[in-house]
Amino acid sequence: MTDAPAPAPSGIEEQVERWRRELLARAGVAPDDVDELEDHLRGHIGALTKLGLTPDEAFLVAVQRVGSQHAIAADLAREHSGRLWKQHVSVRDSAADGSTSGLLPMLGFAAIAGLVVKFPVAYALQHDDAPFFLLVATLLLLSAVVAAFLIWQRRSPVLAAAAAVTVTLGVFALTQAFYPYVDPFHTRLLATMHIPIAVAVLLGAVYLGTQWREVDRWLDYVRFLGELFIYLVLIALGGGVLVGLTGGVFSLVGIDPRVIITEWIVPLGIGGAVIVAAWLVEAKKSVLENMAPVLAAVFTPLFTLLLLGFLGAMLVTGRIVDANRDVLIIIDLVLVVVLGLHLFSVSARRDNAPVGWSDRLQLVLVAAALILDVVVLSAMAGRIGEYGATPNKLAALGENLVLAGALAGSAWYLVAFLRGKRPFVALERWLVRSLYVIGAWAVIVILVFPPLFAFR
Amino acid sequence: MQIGKDLVAASAAPLLLAILTEGESYGYAIIQRVTELSGGQLEWSEGLLYPLLHRLERLGQVEASWATSDAGRRRKYYRITPQGRTELAEQQRAWKAVDTTLGQLWRNLRLALTPQIGALS
Repeated sequence: MTDAPAPAPSGIEEQVERWRRELLARAGVAPDDVDELEDHLRGHIGALTKLGLTPDEAFLVAVQRVGSQHAIAADLAREHSGRLWKQHVSVRDSAADGSTSGLLPMLGFAAIAGLVVKFPVAYALQHDDAPFFLLVATLLLLSAVVAAFLIWQRRSPVLAAAAAVTVTLGVFALTQAFYPYVDPFHTRLLATMHIPIAVAVLLGAVYLGTQWREVDRWLDYVRFLGELFIYLVLIALGGGVLVGLTGGVFSLVGIDPRVIITEWIVPLGIGGAVIVAAWLVEAKKSVLENMAPVLAAVFTPLFTLLLLGFLGAMLVTGRIVDANRDVLIIIDLVLVVVLGLHLFSVSARRDNAPVGWSDRLQLVLVAAALILDVVVLSAMAGRIGEYGATPNKLAALGENLVLAGALAGSAWYLVAFLRGKRPFVALERWLVRSLYVIGAWAVIVILVFPPLFAFR
Repeated sequence: MQIGKDLVAASAAPLLLAILTEGESYGYAIIQRVTELSGGQLEWSEGLLYPLLHRLERLGQVEASWATSDAGRRRKYYRITPQGRTELAEQQRAWKAVDTTLGQLWRNLRLALTPQIGALS
Protein backbone atom coordinates (compact mmCIF):
# COMPACT_ATOMS: atom_id res chain seq x y z
CA MET A 1 0.00 0.00 0.00
CA THR A 2 1.93 2.96 -1.26
CA ASP A 3 -0.85 5.46 -0.71
CA ALA A 4 -1.06 4.67 2.97
CA PRO A 5 0.28 7.45 5.15
CA ALA A 6 3.88 6.88 6.09
CA PRO A 7 4.00 5.32 9.52
CA ALA A 8 5.47 7.64 12.08
CA PRO A 9 6.65 5.12 14.62
CA SER A 10 8.42 7.54 16.87
CA GLY A 11 5.45 9.89 17.24
CA ILE A 12 2.78 7.31 17.80
CA GLU A 13 4.96 4.98 19.84
CA GLU A 14 5.73 7.87 22.13
CA GLN A 15 2.06 8.67 22.55
CA VAL A 16 1.14 5.07 23.20
CA GLU A 17 3.98 4.87 25.69
CA ARG A 18 2.69 7.95 27.54
CA TRP A 19 -0.84 6.49 27.51
CA ARG A 20 0.55 3.28 28.99
CA ARG A 21 2.40 5.12 31.74
CA GLU A 22 -0.65 7.13 32.74
CA LEU A 23 -2.84 4.06 32.82
CA LEU A 24 -0.32 2.10 34.84
CA ALA A 25 -0.13 4.87 37.43
CA ARG A 26 -3.78 4.44 38.23
CA ALA A 27 -4.89 2.43 41.22
CA GLY A 28 -6.24 -1.02 40.52
CA VAL A 29 -4.45 -1.40 37.17
CA ALA A 30 -1.80 -4.11 36.85
CA PRO A 31 0.96 -4.19 34.18
CA ASP A 32 -0.76 -7.12 32.46
CA ASP A 33 -3.95 -5.06 32.16
CA VAL A 34 -1.98 -2.31 30.46
CA ASP A 35 -0.53 -4.79 27.97
CA GLU A 36 -3.99 -6.14 27.31
CA LEU A 37 -5.51 -2.69 26.86
CA GLU A 38 -2.62 -1.55 24.70
CA ASP A 39 -3.34 -4.47 22.40
CA HIS A 40 -6.92 -3.28 22.32
CA LEU A 41 -5.90 0.31 21.61
CA ARG A 42 -3.70 -0.85 18.78
CA GLY A 43 -6.56 -2.91 17.42
CA HIS A 44 -8.54 0.31 17.09
CA ILE A 45 -5.56 2.17 15.63
CA GLY A 46 -5.00 -0.56 13.05
CA ALA A 47 -8.64 -0.54 11.96
CA LEU A 48 -8.73 3.26 11.77
CA THR A 49 -5.54 3.61 9.74
CA LYS A 50 -6.99 1.08 7.28
CA LEU A 51 -9.91 3.47 6.89
CA GLY A 52 -7.43 6.14 5.82
CA LEU A 53 -6.72 8.07 9.00
CA THR A 54 -3.18 9.15 9.76
CA PRO A 55 -1.57 7.36 12.72
CA ASP A 56 -1.93 10.46 14.87
CA GLU A 57 -5.60 10.84 14.07
CA ALA A 58 -6.12 7.14 14.55
CA PHE A 59 -4.45 7.32 17.94
CA LEU A 60 -6.70 10.15 19.08
CA VAL A 61 -9.87 8.39 17.96
CA ALA A 62 -8.71 5.07 19.40
CA VAL A 63 -8.06 6.65 22.79
CA GLN A 64 -11.56 8.10 22.70
CA ARG A 65 -13.01 4.69 21.88
CA VAL A 66 -11.18 2.92 24.65
CA GLY A 67 -12.71 5.51 26.92
CA SER A 68 -11.52 7.50 29.85
CA GLN A 69 -8.69 5.88 31.75
CA HIS A 70 -10.36 6.87 34.97
CA ALA A 71 -13.50 4.90 34.12
CA ILE A 72 -11.57 1.83 33.01
CA ALA A 73 -9.33 1.88 36.04
CA ALA A 74 -12.37 2.17 38.30
CA ASP A 75 -14.09 -0.73 36.53
CA LEU A 76 -10.99 -2.90 36.79
CA ALA A 77 -10.49 -1.92 40.43
CA ARG A 78 -14.03 -2.94 41.28
CA GLU A 79 -13.31 -6.42 39.97
CA HIS A 80 -9.89 -6.67 41.62
CA SER A 81 -10.56 -5.36 45.09
CA GLY A 82 -7.52 -7.19 46.42
CA ARG A 83 -5.30 -5.31 44.07
CA LEU A 84 -6.96 -2.07 45.00
CA TRP A 85 -6.21 -2.91 48.58
CA LYS A 86 -2.55 -2.91 47.80
CA GLN A 87 -2.70 0.38 46.00
CA HIS A 88 -4.70 2.27 48.58
CA VAL A 89 -7.33 4.15 46.70
CA SER A 90 -10.91 3.29 47.29
CA VAL A 91 -13.40 3.45 44.49
CA ARG A 92 -15.77 5.72 46.34
CA ASP A 93 -13.27 8.37 47.28
CA SER A 94 -10.31 8.58 45.01
CA ALA A 95 -8.96 11.65 46.78
CA ALA A 96 -5.21 11.40 46.64
CA ASP A 97 -4.66 12.70 50.16
CA GLY A 98 -6.66 10.00 51.90
CA SER A 99 -3.77 9.16 54.17
CA THR A 100 -4.49 11.80 56.80
CA SER A 101 -8.26 12.00 56.41
CA GLY A 102 -10.20 11.35 59.57
CA LEU A 103 -7.18 11.62 61.82
CA LEU A 104 -9.01 13.54 64.54
CA PRO A 105 -12.13 11.35 64.73
CA MET A 106 -9.83 8.33 64.77
CA LEU A 107 -7.94 9.76 67.75
CA GLY A 108 -11.29 10.32 69.47
CA PHE A 109 -12.24 6.68 68.98
CA ALA A 110 -8.78 5.60 70.16
CA ALA A 111 -9.13 7.69 73.32
CA ILE A 112 -12.53 6.16 74.07
CA ALA A 113 -11.16 2.67 73.45
CA GLY A 114 -8.23 3.42 75.74
CA LEU A 115 -10.51 4.67 78.54
CA VAL A 116 -12.82 1.68 78.13
CA VAL A 117 -9.85 -0.52 79.01
CA LYS A 118 -8.28 1.84 81.52
CA PHE A 119 -11.09 2.14 84.06
CA PRO A 120 -11.78 -1.58 84.57
CA VAL A 121 -8.04 -2.28 84.78
CA ALA A 122 -7.57 0.45 87.37
CA TYR A 123 -10.53 -0.90 89.35
CA ALA A 124 -9.22 -4.47 89.20
CA LEU A 125 -5.79 -3.33 90.32
CA GLN A 126 -7.18 -1.51 93.34
CA HIS A 127 -9.77 -4.12 94.38
CA ASP A 128 -8.71 -7.70 94.94
CA ASP A 129 -12.33 -8.87 94.81
CA ALA A 130 -13.05 -7.39 91.37
CA PRO A 131 -15.66 -9.59 89.68
CA PHE A 132 -14.57 -11.77 86.76
CA PHE A 133 -17.37 -10.24 84.73
CA LEU A 134 -15.35 -7.04 84.62
CA LEU A 135 -12.99 -8.76 82.17
CA VAL A 136 -15.88 -9.87 79.95
CA ALA A 137 -17.44 -6.42 80.11
CA THR A 138 -14.17 -4.78 79.13
CA LEU A 139 -13.80 -7.14 76.21
CA LEU A 140 -17.35 -6.44 75.03
CA LEU A 141 -17.08 -2.67 75.48
CA LEU A 142 -13.82 -2.58 73.55
CA SER A 143 -15.49 -4.66 70.82
CA ALA A 144 -18.35 -2.16 70.73
CA VAL A 145 -15.95 0.77 70.31
CA VAL A 146 -14.09 -1.03 67.52
CA ALA A 147 -17.44 -1.82 65.87
CA ALA A 148 -18.48 1.84 66.11
CA PHE A 149 -15.16 2.87 64.62
CA LEU A 150 -15.55 0.43 61.73
CA ILE A 151 -19.10 1.62 61.08
CA TRP A 152 -17.82 5.19 60.94
CA GLN A 153 -14.73 4.40 58.90
CA ARG A 154 -16.30 2.01 56.43
CA ARG A 155 -19.57 3.98 56.22
CA SER A 156 -21.53 0.83 56.92
CA PRO A 157 -25.29 1.19 57.20
CA VAL A 158 -25.46 2.62 60.70
CA LEU A 159 -28.80 1.30 61.91
CA ALA A 160 -28.44 -2.27 60.71
CA ALA A 161 -24.82 -2.61 61.84
CA ALA A 162 -25.45 -0.97 65.21
CA ALA A 163 -28.46 -3.20 65.78
CA ALA A 164 -26.51 -6.36 64.94
CA VAL A 165 -23.62 -5.33 67.19
CA THR A 166 -25.88 -4.28 70.08
CA VAL A 167 -27.94 -7.46 69.97
CA THR A 168 -24.95 -9.81 69.73
CA LEU A 169 -22.80 -8.08 72.33
CA GLY A 170 -25.87 -7.54 74.51
CA VAL A 171 -26.71 -11.24 74.50
CA PHE A 172 -23.11 -12.09 75.34
CA ALA A 173 -23.07 -9.54 78.17
CA LEU A 174 -26.39 -10.65 79.66
CA THR A 175 -25.61 -14.37 79.55
CA GLN A 176 -22.14 -13.90 81.02
CA ALA A 177 -23.47 -11.58 83.71
CA PHE A 178 -26.31 -13.85 84.83
CA TYR A 179 -25.09 -17.40 84.18
CA PRO A 180 -24.65 -18.93 87.68
CA TYR A 181 -21.11 -20.17 87.19
CA VAL A 182 -19.68 -22.46 89.86
CA ASP A 183 -16.24 -23.79 90.70
CA PRO A 184 -14.00 -24.73 88.80
CA PHE A 185 -15.32 -22.13 86.30
CA HIS A 186 -14.09 -23.99 83.23
CA THR A 187 -17.10 -23.08 81.10
CA ARG A 188 -16.73 -19.43 82.10
CA LEU A 189 -13.12 -19.35 80.95
CA LEU A 190 -14.06 -21.12 77.73
CA ALA A 191 -16.87 -18.68 77.02
CA THR A 192 -14.55 -15.73 77.63
CA MET A 193 -11.91 -17.19 75.34
CA HIS A 194 -14.45 -17.64 72.57
CA ILE A 195 -15.92 -14.15 72.76
CA PRO A 196 -13.07 -12.61 70.68
CA ILE A 197 -13.58 -15.30 68.01
CA ALA A 198 -17.30 -14.67 67.72
CA VAL A 199 -16.70 -10.90 67.80
CA ALA A 200 -14.11 -11.18 65.03
CA VAL A 201 -16.71 -12.74 62.74
CA LEU A 202 -19.33 -10.18 63.81
CA LEU A 203 -16.91 -7.33 63.07
CA GLY A 204 -16.36 -8.87 59.65
CA ALA A 205 -20.02 -8.30 58.88
CA VAL A 206 -19.74 -4.73 60.17
CA TYR A 207 -16.59 -4.15 58.12
CA LEU A 208 -18.25 -5.35 54.93
CA GLY A 209 -21.45 -3.37 55.53
CA THR A 210 -23.96 -3.88 52.75
CA GLN A 211 -21.70 -6.49 51.17
CA TRP A 212 -21.66 -8.74 54.21
CA ARG A 213 -23.43 -11.52 52.35
CA GLU A 214 -20.91 -11.60 49.51
CA VAL A 215 -18.54 -14.49 50.09
CA ASP A 216 -15.84 -13.01 47.89
CA ARG A 217 -15.65 -9.78 49.91
CA TRP A 218 -14.86 -11.62 53.12
CA LEU A 219 -11.37 -12.15 51.84
CA ASP A 220 -10.89 -8.37 52.08
CA TYR A 221 -11.74 -8.68 55.75
CA VAL A 222 -9.27 -11.54 56.19
CA ARG A 223 -6.63 -9.34 54.60
CA PHE A 224 -7.66 -6.55 56.97
CA LEU A 225 -7.30 -8.86 59.99
CA GLY A 226 -3.88 -10.07 58.83
CA GLU A 227 -2.52 -6.57 58.44
CA LEU A 228 -4.21 -5.44 61.65
CA PHE A 229 -2.26 -8.17 63.39
CA ILE A 230 1.03 -7.00 61.86
CA TYR A 231 0.38 -3.41 62.91
CA LEU A 232 -0.58 -4.50 66.42
CA VAL A 233 2.70 -6.41 66.76
CA LEU A 234 4.64 -3.39 65.54
CA ILE A 235 2.81 -1.07 67.93
CA ALA A 236 3.34 -3.54 70.78
CA LEU A 237 7.08 -3.53 70.08
CA GLY A 238 7.15 0.26 70.23
CA GLY A 239 4.95 0.17 73.31
CA GLY A 240 7.41 -2.17 75.02
CA VAL A 241 10.21 0.32 74.44
CA LEU A 242 7.98 3.13 75.73
CA VAL A 243 7.16 1.24 78.91
CA GLY A 244 10.80 0.33 79.49
CA LEU A 245 11.95 3.92 79.04
CA THR A 246 9.15 5.27 81.24
CA GLY A 247 10.29 2.96 84.00
CA GLY A 248 13.92 4.00 83.57
CA VAL A 249 13.27 7.74 83.39
CA PHE A 250 11.00 7.96 86.43
CA SER A 251 13.30 5.76 88.50
CA LEU A 252 16.06 8.30 87.84
CA VAL A 253 14.13 10.97 89.70
CA GLY A 254 13.07 8.57 92.42
CA ILE A 255 9.39 8.21 91.45
CA ASP A 256 7.86 4.74 91.33
CA PRO A 257 6.61 4.45 87.74
CA ARG A 258 4.48 1.37 88.35
CA VAL A 259 1.17 3.20 88.71
CA ILE A 260 1.77 5.23 85.57
CA ILE A 261 2.66 2.12 83.62
CA THR A 262 0.03 -0.33 84.86
CA GLU A 263 -2.87 2.08 85.25
CA TRP A 264 -2.24 4.47 82.40
CA ILE A 265 0.21 3.57 79.66
CA VAL A 266 -0.56 -0.13 79.24
CA PRO A 267 -4.39 -0.08 79.42
CA LEU A 268 -4.73 3.13 77.38
CA GLY A 269 -2.18 1.75 74.94
CA ILE A 270 -3.93 -1.58 74.48
CA GLY A 271 -7.33 0.02 73.85
CA GLY A 272 -5.97 2.76 71.64
CA ALA A 273 -3.65 0.49 69.67
CA VAL A 274 -6.55 -1.55 68.31
CA ILE A 275 -8.19 1.55 66.82
CA VAL A 276 -4.93 3.08 65.59
CA ALA A 277 -3.93 -0.20 63.95
CA ALA A 278 -7.34 -0.55 62.28
CA TRP A 279 -7.05 3.00 61.00
CA LEU A 280 -3.50 2.46 59.79
CA VAL A 281 -4.49 -0.64 57.85
CA GLU A 282 -7.10 1.33 55.91
CA ALA A 283 -5.22 4.60 55.60
CA LYS A 284 -1.82 3.19 54.75
CA LYS A 285 -2.70 0.19 52.68
CA SER A 286 0.20 0.91 50.39
CA VAL A 287 2.76 0.67 53.19
CA LEU A 288 2.18 -3.02 53.74
CA GLU A 289 1.52 -3.51 50.05
CA ASN A 290 4.22 -6.06 49.53
CA MET A 291 4.63 -7.18 53.08
CA ALA A 292 1.70 -9.59 53.31
CA PRO A 293 2.85 -11.85 50.46
CA VAL A 294 6.44 -11.70 51.70
CA LEU A 295 5.49 -12.61 55.26
CA ALA A 296 3.32 -15.42 53.97
CA ALA A 297 6.17 -16.65 51.79
CA VAL A 298 8.66 -16.52 54.68
CA PHE A 299 6.57 -18.17 57.36
CA THR A 300 4.78 -20.83 55.35
CA PRO A 301 8.00 -22.82 54.73
CA LEU A 302 9.15 -22.30 58.33
CA PHE A 303 5.93 -23.60 59.83
CA THR A 304 5.87 -26.44 57.32
CA LEU A 305 9.39 -27.40 58.44
CA LEU A 306 8.32 -27.22 62.08
CA LEU A 307 5.39 -29.56 61.49
CA LEU A 308 7.41 -31.98 59.36
CA GLY A 309 10.21 -31.94 61.94
CA PHE A 310 7.77 -32.73 64.73
CA LEU A 311 6.21 -35.57 62.72
CA GLY A 312 9.69 -36.91 61.93
CA ALA A 313 10.71 -36.75 65.59
CA MET A 314 7.63 -38.70 66.59
CA LEU A 315 8.37 -41.35 63.98
CA VAL A 316 12.04 -41.67 64.90
CA THR A 317 11.63 -41.78 68.67
CA GLY A 318 8.44 -43.80 68.45
CA ARG A 319 7.14 -41.70 71.31
CA ILE A 320 3.68 -40.35 70.91
CA VAL A 321 3.08 -37.49 73.27
CA ASP A 322 1.28 -38.28 76.50
CA ALA A 323 -2.39 -37.92 76.01
CA ASN A 324 -3.94 -35.23 78.11
CA ARG A 325 -5.96 -32.08 77.75
CA ASP A 326 -2.91 -29.90 77.23
CA VAL A 327 -1.90 -31.91 74.18
CA LEU A 328 -5.32 -31.34 72.65
CA ILE A 329 -5.02 -27.63 73.33
CA ILE A 330 -1.52 -27.43 71.86
CA ILE A 331 -2.64 -29.29 68.75
CA ASP A 332 -5.60 -26.93 68.50
CA LEU A 333 -3.22 -24.00 68.69
CA VAL A 334 -1.10 -25.52 65.93
CA LEU A 335 -4.21 -25.87 63.77
CA VAL A 336 -5.25 -22.28 64.54
CA VAL A 337 -1.84 -20.94 63.54
CA VAL A 338 -1.75 -23.05 60.38
CA LEU A 339 -5.28 -22.00 59.43
CA GLY A 340 -4.43 -18.35 60.10
CA LEU A 341 -1.27 -18.53 58.04
CA HIS A 342 -3.10 -20.38 55.31
CA LEU A 343 -5.92 -17.81 55.24
CA PHE A 344 -3.39 -14.99 55.18
CA SER A 345 -1.45 -16.59 52.32
CA VAL A 346 -4.63 -17.19 50.36
CA SER A 347 -5.79 -13.61 50.82
CA ALA A 348 -2.37 -12.28 49.80
CA ARG A 349 -2.30 -14.31 46.59
CA ARG A 350 -2.39 -12.42 43.31
CA ASP A 351 -5.58 -12.71 41.26
CA ASN A 352 -5.43 -15.15 38.38
CA ALA A 353 -1.79 -15.99 39.02
CA PRO A 354 -0.77 -19.35 37.52
CA VAL A 355 -0.14 -22.36 39.75
CA GLY A 356 3.19 -21.88 41.51
CA TRP A 357 5.44 -23.41 44.12
CA SER A 358 3.83 -21.38 46.88
CA ASP A 359 0.49 -23.07 46.16
CA ARG A 360 2.13 -26.49 46.43
CA LEU A 361 3.81 -25.44 49.65
CA GLN A 362 0.42 -24.43 51.04
CA LEU A 363 -0.77 -27.96 50.36
CA VAL A 364 2.25 -29.43 52.15
CA LEU A 365 1.64 -27.15 55.14
CA VAL A 366 -2.03 -28.04 55.38
CA ALA A 367 -1.41 -31.75 54.82
CA ALA A 368 1.34 -31.84 57.47
CA ALA A 369 -0.97 -30.18 60.00
CA LEU A 370 -3.72 -32.67 59.20
CA ILE A 371 -1.43 -35.70 59.48
CA LEU A 372 -0.14 -34.43 62.81
CA ASP A 373 -3.71 -33.97 63.98
CA VAL A 374 -4.72 -37.49 62.95
CA VAL A 375 -1.64 -39.06 64.57
CA VAL A 376 -2.15 -37.29 67.87
CA LEU A 377 -5.90 -37.81 67.95
CA SER A 378 -5.64 -41.51 67.20
CA ALA A 379 -3.00 -41.85 69.91
CA MET A 380 -5.40 -40.20 72.30
CA ALA A 381 -8.53 -41.97 71.12
CA GLY A 382 -8.36 -44.62 73.84
CA ARG A 383 -7.74 -42.10 76.57
CA ILE A 384 -10.46 -39.67 75.64
CA GLY A 385 -13.32 -42.02 76.52
CA GLU A 386 -11.91 -42.88 79.95
CA TYR A 387 -12.39 -39.52 81.59
CA GLY A 388 -15.85 -38.70 80.32
CA ALA A 389 -16.76 -35.49 78.58
CA THR A 390 -15.50 -32.51 80.52
CA PRO A 391 -16.38 -29.14 79.02
CA ASN A 392 -12.75 -28.36 78.36
CA LYS A 393 -12.13 -31.59 76.54
CA LEU A 394 -15.33 -31.37 74.55
CA ALA A 395 -14.55 -27.78 73.57
CA ALA A 396 -11.01 -28.74 72.58
CA LEU A 397 -12.29 -31.71 70.57
CA GLY A 398 -15.02 -29.68 68.90
CA GLU A 399 -12.50 -26.99 68.10
CA ASN A 400 -10.24 -29.64 66.65
CA LEU A 401 -13.04 -31.03 64.51
CA VAL A 402 -13.99 -27.62 63.16
CA LEU A 403 -10.41 -26.60 62.41
CA ALA A 404 -9.39 -29.96 60.94
CA GLY A 405 -12.53 -29.95 58.82
CA ALA A 406 -11.70 -26.51 57.49
CA LEU A 407 -8.13 -27.56 56.69
CA ALA A 408 -9.21 -30.86 55.13
CA GLY A 409 -11.56 -28.99 52.81
CA SER A 410 -8.74 -26.61 52.00
CA ALA A 411 -6.45 -29.49 51.12
CA TRP A 412 -9.12 -30.95 48.86
CA TYR A 413 -9.68 -27.64 47.04
CA LEU A 414 -5.92 -27.07 46.80
CA VAL A 415 -5.43 -30.44 45.12
CA ALA A 416 -8.30 -29.69 42.75
CA PHE A 417 -6.75 -26.29 42.00
CA LEU A 418 -3.27 -27.71 41.44
CA ARG A 419 -4.70 -30.26 39.03
CA GLY A 420 -6.56 -27.51 37.20
CA LYS A 421 -9.95 -28.95 38.10
CA ARG A 422 -11.24 -25.99 40.08
CA PRO A 423 -10.49 -22.29 40.19
CA PHE A 424 -8.71 -20.77 43.16
CA VAL A 425 -11.85 -18.90 44.07
CA ALA A 426 -13.44 -22.22 45.10
CA LEU A 427 -10.80 -22.52 47.82
CA GLU A 428 -11.37 -18.92 48.90
CA ARG A 429 -15.08 -19.52 49.22
CA TRP A 430 -14.52 -22.68 51.21
CA LEU A 431 -12.32 -20.82 53.66
CA VAL A 432 -14.84 -18.02 54.08
CA ARG A 433 -17.60 -20.55 54.77
CA SER A 434 -15.29 -22.17 57.34
CA LEU A 435 -15.07 -18.78 59.04
CA TYR A 436 -18.84 -18.73 59.40
CA VAL A 437 -18.72 -22.20 60.97
CA ILE A 438 -15.94 -21.19 63.36
CA GLY A 439 -17.99 -18.15 64.39
CA ALA A 440 -21.07 -20.31 64.95
CA TRP A 441 -19.02 -22.77 66.99
CA ALA A 442 -17.71 -19.94 69.16
CA VAL A 443 -21.29 -18.78 69.80
CA ILE A 444 -22.21 -22.32 70.85
CA VAL A 445 -19.32 -22.44 73.32
CA ILE A 446 -20.30 -19.04 74.72
CA LEU A 447 -24.05 -19.59 75.01
CA VAL A 448 -24.74 -23.34 75.09
CA PHE A 449 -21.75 -24.87 76.85
CA PRO A 450 -22.26 -23.30 80.29
CA PRO A 451 -25.84 -24.59 80.78
CA LEU A 452 -24.87 -27.87 79.09
CA PHE A 453 -22.23 -28.53 81.73
CA ALA A 454 -24.16 -27.18 84.72
CA PHE A 455 -22.07 -23.97 84.69
CA ARG A 456 -19.01 -25.77 86.00
CA MET B 1 -32.51 2.14 19.82
CA GLN B 2 -30.57 2.23 23.04
CA ILE B 3 -30.29 -0.98 25.01
CA GLY B 4 -30.32 -0.16 28.73
CA LYS B 5 -27.19 -0.48 30.85
CA ASP B 6 -28.71 -3.11 33.11
CA LEU B 7 -29.74 -5.30 30.22
CA VAL B 8 -26.31 -5.01 28.62
CA ALA B 9 -24.68 -5.97 31.90
CA ALA B 10 -27.03 -8.89 32.52
CA SER B 11 -26.53 -10.35 29.07
CA ALA B 12 -22.78 -9.77 28.99
CA ALA B 13 -21.58 -13.00 30.63
CA PRO B 14 -23.67 -15.45 28.58
CA LEU B 15 -22.90 -13.53 25.41
CA LEU B 16 -19.19 -13.58 26.12
CA LEU B 17 -19.18 -17.28 26.98
CA ALA B 18 -21.17 -18.06 23.86
CA ILE B 19 -18.74 -16.10 21.68
CA LEU B 20 -15.85 -18.03 23.20
CA THR B 21 -17.50 -21.33 22.23
CA GLU B 22 -16.70 -20.27 18.66
CA GLY B 23 -13.03 -20.58 19.55
CA GLU B 24 -10.43 -18.70 21.59
CA SER B 25 -10.38 -14.97 21.18
CA TYR B 26 -9.01 -11.70 22.60
CA GLY B 27 -10.53 -8.47 23.83
CA TYR B 28 -10.63 -6.37 20.70
CA ALA B 29 -11.93 -9.22 18.55
CA ILE B 30 -14.64 -10.03 21.10
CA ILE B 31 -15.99 -6.47 21.04
CA GLN B 32 -15.94 -6.52 17.24
CA ARG B 33 -17.86 -9.77 17.29
CA VAL B 34 -20.49 -8.40 19.67
CA THR B 35 -21.02 -5.35 17.47
CA GLU B 36 -21.21 -7.54 14.39
CA LEU B 37 -23.65 -10.05 15.92
CA SER B 38 -25.97 -7.36 17.26
CA GLY B 39 -25.86 -5.29 14.09
CA GLY B 40 -24.37 -2.47 16.10
CA GLN B 41 -27.18 -2.35 18.65
CA LEU B 42 -25.04 -3.69 21.48
CA GLU B 43 -21.98 -1.57 22.15
CA TRP B 44 -19.66 -2.98 24.77
CA SER B 45 -17.26 -0.69 26.50
CA GLU B 46 -13.76 -1.79 27.42
CA GLY B 47 -14.66 -1.05 31.03
CA LEU B 48 -17.36 -3.70 30.76
CA LEU B 49 -15.42 -6.33 28.85
CA TYR B 50 -12.09 -6.58 30.65
CA PRO B 51 -13.33 -6.71 34.24
CA LEU B 52 -15.86 -9.31 33.07
CA LEU B 53 -13.16 -11.39 31.40
CA HIS B 54 -11.04 -11.21 34.53
CA ARG B 55 -13.96 -12.15 36.74
CA LEU B 56 -14.87 -15.17 34.62
CA GLU B 57 -11.21 -16.15 34.66
CA ARG B 58 -11.17 -15.95 38.44
CA LEU B 59 -14.32 -18.05 38.60
CA GLY B 60 -12.69 -20.63 36.32
CA GLN B 61 -15.24 -20.23 33.51
CA VAL B 62 -12.64 -19.04 31.05
CA GLU B 63 -8.90 -19.52 30.99
CA ALA B 64 -6.35 -17.19 29.51
CA SER B 65 -2.89 -17.38 28.08
CA TRP B 66 -0.49 -14.83 26.70
CA ALA B 67 0.69 -15.23 23.14
CA THR B 68 2.28 -13.04 20.52
CA SER B 69 0.04 -11.42 17.96
CA ASP B 70 0.88 -11.26 14.24
CA ALA B 71 2.30 -7.80 14.83
CA GLY B 72 4.62 -9.19 17.51
CA ARG B 73 2.82 -7.72 20.51
CA ARG B 74 1.73 -9.48 23.70
CA ARG B 75 -1.86 -10.52 23.41
CA LYS B 76 -4.04 -12.27 25.98
CA TYR B 77 -6.24 -15.01 24.53
CA TYR B 78 -9.26 -16.38 26.33
CA ARG B 79 -10.81 -19.84 26.05
CA ILE B 80 -13.98 -21.25 27.58
CA THR B 81 -13.50 -24.06 30.12
CA PRO B 82 -15.78 -27.05 30.75
CA GLN B 83 -17.06 -25.19 33.79
CA GLY B 84 -17.80 -22.20 31.57
CA ARG B 85 -19.81 -24.43 29.26
CA THR B 86 -21.85 -25.72 32.19
CA GLU B 87 -22.50 -22.15 33.27
CA LEU B 88 -23.44 -21.20 29.72
CA ALA B 89 -25.93 -24.06 29.51
CA GLU B 90 -27.53 -22.85 32.72
CA GLN B 91 -27.66 -19.27 31.47
CA GLN B 92 -29.18 -20.51 28.26
CA ARG B 93 -32.01 -22.17 30.15
CA ALA B 94 -32.60 -19.04 32.19
CA TRP B 95 -32.66 -16.76 29.15
CA LYS B 96 -34.99 -19.12 27.33
CA ALA B 97 -37.37 -19.01 30.27
CA VAL B 98 -37.28 -15.21 30.24
CA ASP B 99 -37.75 -15.17 26.49
CA THR B 100 -40.70 -17.57 26.61
CA THR B 101 -42.36 -15.61 29.38
CA LEU B 102 -41.92 -12.29 27.67
CA GLY B 103 -42.90 -13.84 24.33
CA GLN B 104 -46.32 -14.76 25.65
CA LEU B 105 -46.85 -11.29 27.05
CA TRP B 106 -45.65 -9.63 23.85
CA ARG B 107 -48.33 -11.52 21.94
CA ASN B 108 -51.07 -10.38 24.32
CA LEU B 109 -49.66 -6.89 24.26
CA ARG B 110 -49.68 -6.74 20.48
CA LEU B 111 -53.39 -7.57 20.49
CA ALA B 112 -54.06 -4.93 23.10
CA LEU B 113 -51.96 -2.30 21.41
CA THR B 114 -53.20 -2.80 17.87
CA PRO B 115 -56.25 -0.51 18.19
CA GLN B 116 -54.11 2.28 19.65
CA ILE B 117 -51.57 1.95 16.89
CA GLY B 118 -54.47 2.10 14.45
CA ALA B 119 -55.75 5.25 16.14
CA LEU B 120 -52.34 6.88 15.99
CA SER B 121 -51.91 6.26 12.31
